[in-house]
Amino acid sequence: MGNMNLEQMTHEYYDVLKELGNIGAGNATTALAQLLNCKVDMKVPQVRLMNFQEVGAMMGGEEQVMAGIFLSVEGDISGSMMFLLEKGAAAHLVSKLMGVEADADHFSEMEISALKEIGNIISGSYLNSLSAMTNLKIYPTVPDLCIDMAGAILSVPAIQFGIIGDKILLIQTQFTDEYELDGYFILLPDLESYEKILISLGLSV
Amino acid sequence: MSEVIKVGMADLKVCVSPDSITTLGLGSCVGIALRDPVTKIGGLAHIMLPDSTAIRNNSNIPKFADTGIEELVRQIVARGANRSRLVAKIAGGAQMFAFQTKSEMVRIGERNVEASKKKLKELGIRILAEDTGKDYGRTVIFYPETGDFVIKAVGRSQTVI
Repeated sequence: MGNMNLEQMTHEYYDVLKELGNIGAGNATTALAQLLNCKVDMKVPQVRLMNFQEVGAMMGGEEQVMAGIFLSVEGDISGSMMFLLEKGAAAHLVSKLMGVEADADHFSEMEISALKEIGNIISGSYLNSLSAMTNLKIYPTVPDLCIDMAGAILSVPAIQFGIIGDKILLIQTQFTDEYELDGYFILLPDLESYEKILISLGLSV
Repeated sequence: MSEVIKVGMADLKVCVSPDSITTLGLGSCVGIALRDPVTKIGGLAHIMLPDSTAIRNNSNIPKFADTGIEELVRQIVARGANRSRLVAKIAGGAQMFAFQTKSEMVRIGERNVEASKKKLKELGIRILAEDTGKDYGRTVIFYPETGDFVIKAVGRSQTVI
């Protein structure tokens, strides 16, 4: 384990992480736009250091039903990545992709598979751009999908952070198409991976 | 008017009837509700990890099953509950994603449940009911007045244990 402490991060680090989020999500947004054949906008990413108590409420409340696509990151850095979509937005994406009307409360197996594939493509492009920028090998694992309350989905990355500290650090990007997609990318590198990322970008840690 | 007290992740609170206590969206975490049926004093802990002794950085008491339950018992007794009358109900500990490659995350929900049960047994507190495991999130509300532990999940009917 590294000797870096999340609570001692400087503004400079925050800015670098924000820029990482910007580039990663920018590429992912482009991939999404190509996939859907429409315009997708993204908002300026946020880097947030939060207490566990705040995590569940950060996107419309703990009980907001969302589709969470979760995958692990391996290679030179380790960690995980999550792509969260509000349930209605997930149905909208699937409908658009498959040309059928998807019911947000009952996704078929095919539709769930399509959502996973969307997650795969998007997170792949996010991580590819990170890899190109840092010169680090970064491989995503096969994604897994879960449709449930935001609090319950986010408990998984929160627990991962809980092993090393009492705060959770997120690089979060929100994106929208004409339908207000409202999705979030969350990149959750392990603590030692932050060091590697920052060093590879020329910062002294 | 009775109030609903909210407990966050890695958090615990004490509650006296007619108030109730809730935690929203339990995933792999476990919610442990304790109650003294005579004084109707209760409490709820929302723990994230099984064992404080397995981790170096362990000052956050409500984060762990072992230290969290101990602290909840201490606070409930300090409010006037009788230690020997305490009974428990537990919920949560789901496996939200089918696979998790990181070794420390494998079966984390199940391990949280096991650790909670072990600690309660060690303290001599009987578990009256549980709704644990499976693969979905739960919102819970505990009523110290009746001891009812109401469990809500997405796309499932509400249950009371």
